[in-house]
Amino acid sequence: MTLIEQMAAAKASHDYQKLIDLIPYAGFLGLTAAMQGDELITTMRYGDHLIGNPALPALHGGTLGALLESAAIFELLCRAETVVLPKTITLTIDYLRSGAPVDTYALGVVTRQGRRVTNVRMEAWQTDRRAPVATAHAVFLVMRA
Amino acid sequence: MADLSDEMQGRMARAFSRGVPHNLALGIRILAASPTEASFELPYDAKLVGNPETGTLHGGAITALLDAASGAAVFAALPSLVPIATLDLRIDYLKPAAPGKPVIAKASCYKMTRTVAFTRAMAYQDNPENVIAHSVGTFMLSTKMGSRTP
Repeated sequence: MTLIEQMAAAKASHDYQKLIDLIPYAGFLGLTAAMQGDELITTMRYGDHLIGNPALPALHGGTLGALLESAAIFELLCRAETVVLPKTITLTIDYLRSGAPVDTYALGVVTRQGRRVTNVRMEAWQTDRRAPVATAHAVFLVMRA
Repeated sequence: MADLSDEMQGRMARAFSRGVPHNLALGIRILAASPTEASFELPYDAKLVGNPETGTLHGGAITALLDAASGAAVFAALPSLVPIATLDLRIDYLKPAAPGKPVIAKASCYKMTRTVAFTRAMAYQDNPENVIAHSVGTFMLSTKMGSRTP
């Protein structure tokens, strides 16, 4: 089975975690994804290897960027009409607060799905969803399989 | 580019690889640092793969590398070590990283004001012409200091 077929099968059975488990880097970060209501929420489970500033301590900015990018990719993989592997063209991250050493959640919302590119905006939060730690927007190249 | 003193190089290396758990987990190591530039290397590792079919690294690992190198470039440009925080980072992914090879990020802090530092960085493989990603960032400086353009 090709990767796209495996992804299509995981998507058809609504087993989004299976789809995410196909991506090694998602495992390295400790990402899980699950539907909560009508939203696909990606969780980055806290681990000591995610720390960027041990003095505070605070999460590495790269981990928040990776979580935000992944949340957008998962949204596209799980909920877009066709299964495709989106390629990130550009990603812009705003760091709003320092990331505490706890679980972090993220959500991607498609703002426009075109034939070739899709625009997504993302948000990551910890204990208080109204106080995001980082927001981002990204443009993906979405080539039909 | 003028090399930093051994002491400063050592301080940077400690601050950015051994002292930063996530950099350590990624295997990031410092290649060079000067008052205007910092170069970091991310070795290829199967656990960092984003596309298992092609074996290319996940964009997130490149993001972490560019963030780390850009922050180091700011530290290198600062006359004294003060805490900094990334305000924003924009990354353009030009092409996927070729599997099996390390990625090198070269970052520079091209402008510094009393409160904000501006950076640009490139991630490449093999040689600096083979660019895979490009980034610009801004960093907040948490301590008052004189305006200085490195």
